[in-house]
Order: sequence, then structure tokens, then C-alpha cells
Amino acid sequence: MNTGASNFVEGVDLAFWVTIGISVVFLIGITTVIIVFLFKYNKNRHPKPVDVKDNYTLEIIWTVIPTIIFLLMFYYGFIGYVPMREVPSGALEVKVTGMMWSWFFEYENGKKSNVLIVPKDKPVRLNLYSPDILHSFYVPAFRVKEDVVPKVDNYMWFTATLIGDYDILCAEYCGERHSYMISKVVVKDERNFLEWYTSEEKDIHMELTSVGFQVSQEYGCLGCHSSDGSKMYGPTFKGLYQSKRTVFLENDEKKDVAADEGYLTRAMLEPNAEVVQGYTKGSMPSYKGSMTDEEVEQVIEYIKSLDEK
Amino acid sequence: MSEVTHHKSFLENSEGKNVVLSWLFSTDHKRIGLIYLYLIGIFFIVAVFFGFLMRLELIAPGKDIMDPQLYNGLFTVHGVIMIFLFIIPGIPAVFGNLMLPIMIGAKDVAFPRLNLLSLWIYIIGAMLALTTLMGADKLPDTGWTFYAPYSIKSNTYVMQAVLAAFILGFSSILTGLNFITTIHWLRAPGMSWFKMPLFSWALYATAWIQLLATPVVGITLLMIAAERYLGIGLFDPSLGGDPILYQHLFWIYSHPAVYIMVLPAMGIVSEILPVFARRRIFGYNAMAVTSLAIAFIGYLVWGHHMFTSGMSGPARIIFSFLTFLVAVPSAIKVFNWVTTLYKGSIDLKPPMLYVLAFIFNFMIGGLTGLVNGALATDVHVHDTYFIVGHFHYVMFGGTGFSFFAAMYYWFPKIYGRMYDIKWANIGFWIIFVGFNILYFPMFIVGMMGMPRRYYDYLPEFHWPNIVSTVGSWILIVGIVIMLVNIIRGSMKGPKVGQNPWRGLTLEWQTQTPPITENFEQIPSVTERPYEYKD
Repeated sequence: MNTGASNFVEGVDLAFWVTIGISVVFLIGITTVIIVFLFKYNKNRHPKPVDVKDNYTLEIIWTVIPTIIFLLMFYYGFIGYVPMREVPSGALEVKVTGMMWSWFFEYENGKKSNVLIVPKDKPVRLNLYSPDILHSFYVPAFRVKEDVVPKVDNYMWFTATLIGDYDILCAEYCGERHSYMISKVVVKDERNFLEWYTSEEKDIHMELTSVGFQVSQEYGCLGCHSSDGSKMYGPTFKGLYQSKRTVFLENDEKKDVAADEGYLTRAMLEPNAEVVQGYTKGSMPSYKGSMTDEEVEQVIEYIKSLDEK
Repeated sequence: MSEVTHHKSFLENSEGKNVVLSWLFSTDHKRIGLIYLYLIGIFFIVAVFFGFLMRLELIAPGKDIMDPQLYNGLFTVHGVIMIFLFIIPGIPAVFGNLMLPIMIGAKDVAFPRLNLLSLWIYIIGAMLALTTLMGADKLPDTGWTFYAPYSIKSNTYVMQAVLAAFILGFSSILTGLNFITTIHWLRAPGMSWFKMPLFSWALYATAWIQLLATPVVGITLLMIAAERYLGIGLFDPSLGGDPILYQHLFWIYSHPAVYIMVLPAMGIVSEILPVFARRRIFGYNAMAVTSLAIAFIGYLVWGHHMFTSGMSGPARIIFSFLTFLVAVPSAIKVFNWVTTLYKGSIDLKPPMLYVLAFIFNFMIGGLTGLVNGALATDVHVHDTYFIVGHFHYVMFGGTGFSFFAAMYYWFPKIYGRMYDIKWANIGFWIIFVGFNILYFPMFIVGMMGMPRRYYDYLPEFHWPNIVSTVGSWILIVGIVIMLVNIIRGSMKGPKVGQNPWRGLTLEWQTQTPPITENFEQIPSVTERPYEYKD
């Protein structure tokens, strides 16, 4: 019976308990011997030490036995690991983008999501992509992890075996908001998965809010701009629309502006033209050429929507 | 030298110069060692304080006392100071300098002025490292590993930290060179290789790593500088570089560096155990040879830091295999230490308590290392708190405890005074208990999946973090007790005779504290170092 959430849980946990089991036996055994010696040969009970000659037979025995045990541990670790690098053919391929500080998933049919939705009992191959620095894709419940390295085609795979939601964490330190680079794997049965996968709705995962949110997520806006009023790298989106801002122009001149549509568009396409007081010039990249006009509008709609609720 | 100065100890004998200058520019290995001890002690306390702040932040999820940027800065400088200023120089620079020449019957190291240069390079490197502390929002935030490409992009004081590590490397290289030469050329008449104390063997193996591995990290750190300032694309993919290359170069040094940290600690354990068990060390030859074996195999296992990095499958398997091989000599050492207690006459003085705690902590650190060495299990625990627990058990529970053991052991030799034994014992138990409460929960929370270098965490990781933080308070109470006792003892402790522990190695066969040239007359050696027969 496989009780783990993925096909790897059994092998990893077996290797784990074999190693830990042997280790605990050794730790308790040796510690007990030490404590017995400390009592028995304490200077008060045993004032006269006895000279003990070196014993090569004994030394060879305790060289050979640990060697065999260590090789056994290596073997279990190896056996549990080999399948992790052998992706079965016909696996569902998903492109995973890990960026400062969010995850994004694209399927073969063009479907996009910010949570990883996978069918139960079907192998999934993740092709890992990073546009910026190192990250590491980690699903503790699945016992899988692989670094996301810019310009390197890393991959990993798994078969989810239990329906449910599981945390995705970033395990390779990636700067200020490393510990907030979180998402979820949602495991659905095949029918529910296909229903979602083949639905016509463009890019949208039903559990999420608006298209604008999707776009913000896709371009990593939410890595630096919060939607709840808290201060992150950049100013928050909440209460931003139509607010009064003091900005510095490119010639370092101060100016008061209102955050209308025009301002917000400029902020995305030419972020250094007007830098809000209290934030560093150059920390935001320009999205000119990468975001379409439609997408810019969608983000603005999303920013507006935050103040409606 | 006149008749009078012959009997002045090295502490008093300033050879007619200004007292302050005579310390700062002394080429006496013992004075150099003591200056290292004071500096390293201060840096240790600073880094412990940063660790304390980090644990406080982690007591509950969400923001507690600081912002993420400051937290990331603190764990970086905690690591940089602990690794480059405390634990790498640690035992060789302090106790190697203080004791190695006396233990092999020499007047000083082979190149005393080079030794002074090492100290000054260390001071310059340390000052540069401390400049990174100016400005809380500019603390380097890459982690002590300086992984590219983040270390290329971060606009904090990364360069100062990198250059400091580069400069400190030279101090380490020169000390290694000095020790190798000293051991080869300056042993007292009759002291053959296999009559040397095991601490010298350990320093000898360590010195080779210092000499051969440190230049690699020096070059690597310079490459980071070249990339940051000149835009040469070595590691940053956006300039056409390869971030995995950085990891290889970094760990080719930094894994052997782990043995720079732990081998001298093992030497100290082998030195102290026989004295307080009143017995010859069991398996002397094996102890000497395993030190060399660890140093050698330790060069070939760096890839186990990169099991999830995207290295090729066969490389991962070979590195895992070699990692298990390096565990064998460590296991042999543990068995030999335990057998040394057999039929001895054991006296549980403070140095002995720390040494026994070393063996216990090192077993936990070493055995959990097997989990990291096995591929399937490492994939799960890699870069989690399991690793943080593992290396603190080896580095602090092992090397740190051994550093304390050495301090308590050689303290009367250095100062000619004794600390308060009762308070040393009380301090030991508080440190030992606090240490385990602080670091053991990290294994549990790591197995649950909490990644390392996490400012904030999911609610299910909460309880082990509370336990850890409480442990950090207990540990710090113990450290304070220890420091007060040591400082008080060095100034007001009762005077001791020449050989309070009845040790047989050469450092106990000369005046306490030793004279500047160590011996009135160079001794000649006829026996192995641990022939206790009382």
C-alpha cells in the first residue's frame, strides 16, 4: 500500500528509516558503552588504570563492519534515487517558471496557472526555468526537489498518488522574499483535471480572481508589490489608484502626480521616469515590449479592483 | 639573552620593549596564539549575538522584531563571522600556535615572522569583514556561500565580505605552510613521526588542506569581484556565465574546509582523553593515519553539496559513494576514543566533560550526515533545516565544544592559574543541554520540510522553532557563565604547579607558563606520548 502523496515517498522514506534506524542503534549503543565505562572506570571505583595493548583484529573488525553498513546505506539511497531521474514516456509536461519571488506554470496546450494542477496517478514532468537567479522547486509531501537554474535545463518528475493540496516551497535562498515564494500543487482526479485542462477559459484557474491578477502574477509584479497595503520592495497596489504620489523625475526634480491610468501605464513601461519618493531608482525593470497594451490594461483593472471590495 | 629573562614567562617577558608593542609585534608563537584567542573570542561573541537575534525573529511566524532584509543580512554575517573569523582559523591559529611548537619540542614555529604576518593579515581581513556591519540595510544578504548569480546582483556590501574572505584565506595558507615546515623540521631529537602527539598529526593533516585548498576559493572570490566590477561573464548566465561552475569551485574549497574545522578538533579529543582516562590512547597508528585519510578523501566529496543543483546523474552517484567512504575513518576514530576509556581511571574534569560531549554531538552530527550523503534522502532534506541542524552539530557541537575543551585544558598552562572547577562544570551542563534543545528540533522541522534561510514559515513549523529559540537562551546563559569564569580565572585564579593534569606530552614538561623560548634545554624523546602508568 502506498500511503504517500507521490510515487517517491515510499522509496525515500525506506532509505530514510533504514539510515536513521541504524544510526539510532549505533548512537544509543555507543553512548551506553561510554556511560557504563564512566561509572565502572571512574577514578574512585577504579583508581589504577590497566594498560590495554592495541588490538589489530578488533580495529579491522570495526573498520570493515561500518564500511559494509555505510555501503548498504549508499545502496538504499541510490535505489530510491535512480527512478527520480528516469521520466516515464508520456508524462504530462509542464514548464515551471521560478522567479523572484513567485512560481508560474505553463502547460503544453498553452494553459497557464499560478498553482500547479496535476492529475492523480499520471506522471508529470516539470521543466524548470528561471529568468533571474537560483531557486529550488520543493514539494515536501512528494519528497522531490530540484534547483531552478538560469540557462540550465533542469527537470524533475513525479506521479501524485493522493488527491489534495500540497505546499510548493523555494529551497534555494533567493533574496529578500525567499520565504514567501510559495505556491501549491493541486492534485485532482483525472476527470476533474481534464475538465479544467480542456476548458476554454483562457489562462484562468477557476479558484483565482481576475485576469489582471493572473497577468500580475505571470510578470512577477506581486513579488514586489503587495495587494494588502503592506510595504514590500515596491509600493503596494492597494489604495494606489488615484492616490497622490510624490515622484522624482529623471532630472531628480520633485513632482506631485495623481496615480491615474496614464501614470500607471508609464510606471510599467518606463519605471525610471517617475520614481516614487522612498523607493530606489532602477530596482524595477521596464516591461516595455514584454507586456502587451491589453495586459497593461488588465493589470490596471486589477489595481482598481483592489479598492472596490 | 641574560640569565634573568630565562625564568620570566612569555606573558611577562617583553624583552625590554614597550609592553603593548611587544605584544603586537611579537614573533613568539604563544603571544601570537593568545592575540588570536582574544580576537576570535570577540568575533565568536558577536556572531552568537546575531544568532540570538535570528532565533528571536523565528520564535513565531510572521514579523517579530525585524524585516526580512535585516534577517537575511544577519544570517549572512553570522555565517561569515563564524566560518571565516572563528571556526576556520579557530583551533589551528589559537591552540596550534600556542601549543604545537612546545608539543614537538621546538623553540618556535619554523618561520616566526611569517607567523606574525599571518596574524596581521587576519586582523586586516577581520576589519574589512566588520565594515560590512555598517548600515543595517546594507548587510551582505547572500548567505556565507555567496552563490552566483545573486552575489553578482545584490547591491549590499557583498564585495567587502568577499574580499575579507579572500584576505583571510592568505592568513590560513601561511599558517598551514608554517605548521607543515615546523612539523617536518623542528621536532625534538628522538621524536619520530609516530611519537608525535596526535594533535600535531591533526594539525599536519589540516595544514595540507589549508595550503592546497584555500587558493581555490581565493581565485573563485576574485572571479566574483571581476564579474561585479568588470562585467566579465563567469557565473552570471545573463553575461554568458555558469552558476553551477561557481558552486563547484566554491565547494572544492569549502568542503575540505569542513575538515580544516573538524580535524584539529579531533586532535584535541585524542589529546585530552588519555590524560583524564590515565590510559594510553587506543589505536595510535589508526588515529594518525585516519587524520590523513580524512584530509585526502575530503577533497573528493564536494559534489554532495550539489545533489539537487542539476549536476549529472552519474556525478551525483559517485559523489554520494565517496561521501560514505569518508565516514569510515571518522567512525574508526569514535571507536578508538571510546575504547580508550576502557579500564582507565577516569577523572571527569571540565576538559574531559567537553570532550565526551564532543563525541556524543559528533556522533549525532556524523550520523545525520549519512542521511545527507544518501541520494534519495538528501533530495528531500537538502537545503532544509535538517542541514542547519547537521552542520551545527558537527561545527558547534563538535569543533566548538572541542575549542572549549582545549581552552579548559591548556588554560593553566597558559596563565599559570586555575579557573573555578565547580562553575566550569555548571557552565558545561547548561551549555550541553541548551545546545541540544537549540539544534535537535532543527532535524524534526527539516524533515517536515522547512527550508533553511527562511525569514518566515508556515504555521505547521511553529513548535520546533519555539523549542529552538528557548534552547538558544539556555545556551547563551551557559556561554556567559563560561566566559566570566575564564576571564576571572585568568586574572584572579589560584596559581597552579607546572603540571596540574599530570600530562605526559612535552608542553607539561616545561615551566608553567612557559618561558619565551619554551625550554631551558631542548628535550629528547624516547617514548610515545601517552604511556600513562600510574
